[in-house]
Amino acid sequence: MAHTPNHPVENDIRNTYQWLEDRLPIISFLNNSVGSNFMAPRNLSYMWNFGSLAGIALVLQILTGIFLAMHYKPDVHMAFDSIQHIMRDVNWGWLIRNLHMVGASFFFIVVYIHMARGLYYGSYKSPREVLWGLGVVIFLLMMATGFLGYVLPWGQMSYWGATVITNLLSVIPFVGPDIVVWLWGGYAVGDPTLNRFFVLHFVLPFVIIAVVVLHIWALHMHGSNNPKGISLTKQTDYIPFHPYYTIKDIFGLGVYLIPFTFMVFYAPEYLGHTDNNIPANPLVTPAHIVPEWYFLPFYAILRAIPIKELGVLAMFGSILILFVLPWLDKHPVRSARFRPLYRPLYMLFLANFILLGWCGMMPAEGIYVRIAQAATAIYFGFFALLPVLSKYEKAKPVPTSI
Amino acid sequence: MSTKPTAPHATDDDAPLGDVDAERRALLVNATAAFGLAGAACVALPFVSSMNPSRSVKALATLDVNLNDIPLGEAKTFLWQGKPVFVWHRSEDQITEARKGDTTATMDPANDADRVQKAEWLVVMGVCTHLGCVPMRGGEYGGWRCPCHGSQFDDSGRVRQGPAGTNLEIPPYRFLDDATIRIG
Ligand code: HEM
Ligand code: FES
Repeated sequence: MAHTPNHPVENDIRNTYQWLEDRLPIISFLNNSVGSNFMAPRNLSYMWNFGSLAGIALVLQILTGIFLAMHYKPDVHMAFDSIQHIMRDVNWGWLIRNLHMVGASFFFIVVYIHMARGLYYGSYKSPREVLWGLGVVIFLLMMATGFLGYVLPWGQMSYWGATVITNLLSVIPFVGPDIVVWLWGGYAVGDPTLNRFFVLHFVLPFVIIAVVVLHIWALHMHGSNNPKGISLTKQTDYIPFHPYYTIKDIFGLGVYLIPFTFMVFYAPEYLGHTDNNIPANPLVTPAHIVPEWYFLPFYAILRAIPIKELGVLAMFGSILILFVLPWLDKHPVRSARFRPLYRPLYMLFLANFILLGWCGMMPAEGIYVRIAQAATAIYFGFFALLPVLSKYEKAKPVPTSI
Repeated sequence: MSTKPTAPHATDDDAPLGDVDAERRALLVNATAAFGLAGAACVALPFVSSMNPSRSVKALATLDVNLNDIPLGEAKTFLWQGKPVFVWHRSEDQITEARKGDTTATMDPANDADRVQKAEWLVVMGVCTHLGCVPMRGGEYGGWRCPCHGSQFDDSGRVRQGPAGTNLEIPPYRFLDDATIRIG
């Protein structure tokens, strides 16, 4: 980077590469980041495909979102109709909207797999704690963005989802209720709320891009972890990212696009909720409200605890606890492959997470609440056990090289 | 501790300051920083405040309800400040039940008599004190149950089952005459 005085600057613009390189070394920067100059472990599996897929999903959301925003109207009297207008009148509007809706769900699927990968292979451990933490920040921003976006069509689920989620902040001692009124710009979710939610929904993805840049910067400090979870020492353990992983990632993208486009064209509403096709009505809450599917596990935790403050605390805690994961699990072995106790525990955790999601979908009564309570206990129990495992779990022999 | 990179210009903080009055310099730097911060806070204030309810929102503050429209034993819902208000024309039996609850409503104890101005008119916010959904008539306590997370309220709007922890709120209202109340 630093300008070395004795290096002659290329002034002949016909030597384009060097000319640009001497002014803005962006090509070598890209080459060092995702090109042939970035060395990656040679044993990465397809589980390492999901980072780049998440990046592509993010770009797709931003592009489709920009085109939707050209037709959408953030006004309580017009929002619902403007969505109908997009679906029926705007040229290809249905396609752009379906891509955006299904795209949001698939973005979350990809990121959940990406996180589960990190959890399995111990990618959050030293020296990747900050990389992981930035990932959790991205996850929080994604959840905020997804929530804000879901409000925009101004259907019944939009309205009541917005009411319930913003009210979560009312548990903050003393200032909570004032903060909620401030967020709403009124005494209930209403026109000022919709307008500002639209603005924030537009802005946050660009904030996500900025954090993704930090995420990848942190990734490049120590490179990718790998399925064996060991630190690599030999030059021969590495292959250049380009062409090996660019090709592999592009192939993975092709595979990903098959279910994605299938959903876009044949089942765009499958992951949504029919009640959101009813315009918002502040006087009637639908008999059974559920958030988008990707919030369900956390929603189940909220409802499992019959005391307002504790429920909200547990829900936020269930996500925030990921920040301290690197300090809960201090076991020296990264990959679950070599950890006979962590591995089954991890499987249980994943299954339990899905069970929580199912609970979140069911009505909050009777047996469902019991199951959700047990699942919540297991969720936090997993994290509570990690420090114990770090101390006592005997790992299988770990290979010294891939 | 890592070593400081050597900059081309001397920036050694520990170098003798010569005839510079270090104390005075520190005061000036701190005072400037403090004023800068205070200024930034002042500039932020209008922006933060712009998100609070505007004057037009605040202007929609009162609502008059004609009580003759509400048959005995039934509740109706009205929109006040963007939120539902329940006005319930309670029958004798319902009032008796509500008064019985004075001893059994232990989650957020309150006497029914303190929650009404006239016993046959219960006026409460139709906003669940958990996370703000509109409760529906029903539940096991004669009042409402919330469809969102299952809280229940009795015939005085008192909470009987969580996750809500407090009773349905009572909006400010007064009787203009026997047949009209003004909420707000
Ligand atoms: C917008 C969302 C995200 C994007 C675009 C993104 C992008 C990437 C990319 C391109 C990589 C390198 C390729 C790979 O290892 O798959 C990566 C690695 C990683 N990401 Fe993310 N990420 C996102 C969200 C997250 C989240 C939510 C977490 C966790 C809370 C996370 C944790 C990690 C970790 C730990 C690694 C290193 C994995 C390893 O080397 O084993 N990321 N990310
Ligand atoms: S909002 Fe009524 S129980 Fe949660």
